[in-house]
Amino acid sequence: MTNIIRLDGLSKHFGSVIGVDDVSLSVRKGEFLTLLGPSGCGKSTLLRMIGGFEEPTAGQIWLDGEDVTDLPPNRRAVNMLFQDYALFPHMSVGKNVGYGLKVAGTPKREVETRVLEVLDLVGLADKAGAAPHQLSGGQQQRVALARAIVRQPKVLLLDEPLSALDANLREAMQVELRHLHQKVGLTFIMVTHDQTEALTMSDRVIVMRAGRIVQDGAPQSLYDLPGSPYIADFIGTTNLFASRIENGRIACHGQPLTIDPQSILPGARTFGFRPEKARLLRGDANGSNLLRGKVAEVFYHGSVARIIVDLGAGQVLVDLQITDAAAGLPQLGDAVAVEIAAHKIMGFAAEDAA
Amino acid sequence: MSLTAAPSTVRTAPARRTSKQLRKAVDAWVWVGVAGLILTFLYIPIVVLVAFSFNTSRSLSWPMTGLTLDWYRKLAENDQLITAVQNSLYVAVSATVLTLLIGVPAALALDRLEFPGKGIFRKLVLLPIALPGIITGISMLILFRLIGFGLSLETVIIGHATALLAVVVTQVFARLQRLPHSLDEASADLGASGWQTFFLVTLPNIRTAVIGAGILSFTLSFDEIPVTFFLTGRDNTLPMYIWSTMRRGLTPEINAVGALIVAASILLILVSVLLQRERPRPSR
Amino acid sequence: MTLPLPLRVRKALVLSPPLIWVVLFMFVPYTILFVFSFWQQQYPTFTPALQLGNYQTLISDPQYLRTLLRTIKIAALVSLFSLLLAYPYAYFLVHKVRRPALRQTLYMAVVAPLWVSYLLRAYTWKTILGTEGILNSFLISTGILTEPSPIFLYNQTSMVVTLTYVFIPFMVMPIYAALEKIPRNLLEASADLGMGRTATFLKVTLPLSLTGVVAGFTMTFCLAFGDFIAAYLVGGPDGMMISNVIATQFGASLNWPLGSALALVMLVIVLAIISVSDRFERLGKGAFA
Repeated sequence: MTNIIRLDGLSKHFGSVIGVDDVSLSVRKGEFLTLLGPSGCGKSTLLRMIGGFEEPTAGQIWLDGEDVTDLPPNRRAVNMLFQDYALFPHMSVGKNVGYGLKVAGTPKREVETRVLEVLDLVGLADKAGAAPHQLSGGQQQRVALARAIVRQPKVLLLDEPLSALDANLREAMQVELRHLHQKVGLTFIMVTHDQTEALTMSDRVIVMRAGRIVQDGAPQSLYDLPGSPYIADFIGTTNLFASRIENGRIACHGQPLTIDPQSILPGARTFGFRPEKARLLRGDANGSNLLRGKVAEVFYHGSVARIIVDLGAGQVLVDLQITDAAAGLPQLGDAVAVEIAAHKIMGFAAEDAA
Repeated sequence: MSLTAAPSTVRTAPARRTSKQLRKAVDAWVWVGVAGLILTFLYIPIVVLVAFSFNTSRSLSWPMTGLTLDWYRKLAENDQLITAVQNSLYVAVSATVLTLLIGVPAALALDRLEFPGKGIFRKLVLLPIALPGIITGISMLILFRLIGFGLSLETVIIGHATALLAVVVTQVFARLQRLPHSLDEASADLGASGWQTFFLVTLPNIRTAVIGAGILSFTLSFDEIPVTFFLTGRDNTLPMYIWSTMRRGLTPEINAVGALIVAASILLILVSVLLQRERPRPSR
Repeated sequence: MTLPLPLRVRKALVLSPPLIWVVLFMFVPYTILFVFSFWQQQYPTFTPALQLGNYQTLISDPQYLRTLLRTIKIAALVSLFSLLLAYPYAYFLVHKVRRPALRQTLYMAVVAPLWVSYLLRAYTWKTILGTEGILNSFLISTGILTEPSPIFLYNQTSMVVTLTYVFIPFMVMPIYAALEKIPRNLLEASADLGMGRTATFLKVTLPLSLTGVVAGFTMTFCLAFGDFIAAYLVGGPDGMMISNVIATQFGASLNWPLGSALALVMLVIVLAIISVSDRFERLGKGAFA
């Protein structure tokens, strides 16, 4: 597939503050790409530069083979779904959706048909005459979506599209956005700080930190093979600890663990394992790669319980699958052992200063 | 309440309640009294102004001697007054249009644009709100004199537009600040040019503020003296005419003009109140 | 900057009319006023000069200082009385009137007189307070006075009454806005923590409404300070304000440079008051945000 967007060494400085720092990136046609990172990491600025709302300090933006770096938003074939929807309060839903066509001088008849088509696509064909404030949050979002895709942009930009919705609606919209993406076949670039959202919805996730890309990959590779302790902890949860490798063994808060030398580089300084990849055993269990400690806290989540185990010199998290309710949960102060298979331990070079 | 409650509670509760009710009633009357006093202070002069325009006697003293419409009839025959009203209308309409044409872009610039000297620009524009009109008046008088510009109603218009700029900018700016910038961005994103965005998105959403500011500017200009005093040539505006009459002596004719102005003001107030009611509700 | 040309042109189009206007009719005139204050009067014209004579006159001739102090005094009294009337009224509206429609109406009732000609509102006081005026004739008809008294008009009291009357809406508006912005739950929290109504008012309501008070005080003070119409109508020689002296310099006395110097003194005082008030407001925002 061809690249629809190419960013070349894109930077944005706000005075002395660096918002985006030398980012290069290609987006394939039809891809659902997510920019993921904490607030202030530059992901929104990057998106806004693609949309034309921020001027890059340096670098180029190529859209479908054309350099659009200096073009204003109204001359770029990309459209944006705004975080606050930005529906025009003085226009009906139908007028909102048709706005982009109207300013382009599309004949009235054609505007009407296309507005109805796209409203139908988002399931709001009967709301064309309503005012935006008469709609629910979820409906407003769909209107904004319809308005953004009615011009058939080359790329749809989505700026934290789900952050204003409540939890239930958010999950429904995740599914709906995915379906819509498959149906219309547009390229989607979404910004979010919600890792679950990023993992569930996208084909590819780009993790950003302090204006730079720190990892770029499919959701699964990001989760299973995090490139740094930062990502290991940002995507999902990871028990991280510092140690040195001595004779193929490391120390987790003072207790020895064996590692798999094939999956870990010899220079690794930080190690970790995910709570759901460890097993919680009774305190008198025997075996290899056990961390012994006491239950410090229990968080019950229904199908799973997350247990904080106090190892004496530190704490680790471990998830307990609850398959049999009668088995009961461990009690505070119970002596337990945490078993972690050697090949499930991840190793990283020393955490960078950033 | 249970009948088995302690007798003492049953006895004292109503007593306590009445004393509390009494205190509340006194409290309420004190407040109504204070508010009434202030409203009386504000409205007695206006009532007096209007009432005496119908008084048969020439002197403005109590009690009124009888009712008449003579003073209004005299107004209708007063050519000087009619010219003054025409001049005032010309000045107020022109100054309002001018100050809107400058003030709306100024508010837009303050809200949406970054440019060098923005801080000084803002301070200068907003200065006349607190600045005595006389300073605007004399500084422009000196300017016009130095560049050899004769004083006329047009110089008054320029003076008024300058002094009223602050009114327009504050009102429109306040509304713009409540208008999310994402609306502009969405409009541009959907392919609209800057002009299209202004006329199709921004202006409809600040419409009532612009009209409100326009009405207020018109009223203030129609009533303006300090700037007019220094910038007018031989032509009189209505307030200048009334003022010169006033300084010669008090006549019920002035009261009649006043009563008409009060009536017109009430009309304008109603219009601007209706405008505020009609304001579209925010989308969320 | 690497702005694309269309955007830069658009920016300039929006910005240039107000910018040109402000420079031409505000910045330039104020600058000229400043320069003029150093010119010299040589009756019947004035010549360019750079001398402090006008300012020396202002200091050495006691009548200017006296007028200035009187103006400050009258303006301060006007602000004070406006405050004493406006605060209870605004408090009454926000805390005692429960029906929003009634509250809105009573608020409009105070603001509405602003729309009625200022000149006429000041003029009415002349008709009320004069020797042949309504107050005197009323007092005589009720037998309290036997002959008309001139004490009501043409003095500083009549100035303060008239100007308070004229400018009080400017005090009500910001105080009302400030009181209305105070979240009700703060007052409930205060009561919940065991404070009485007076203590709650003094420790919560009053401090939080102080920004409104300062804004109102600044506004009424500056307006009264710069007023020059009321003095002609109800002030008399003892009620003359600094603006009247300036107007005289530009009229009968034909001493524009001296008038400019006076206007500049006035401008500096007004600017000083605004900047102090601004600083207070910013301080308040920081503390209560």
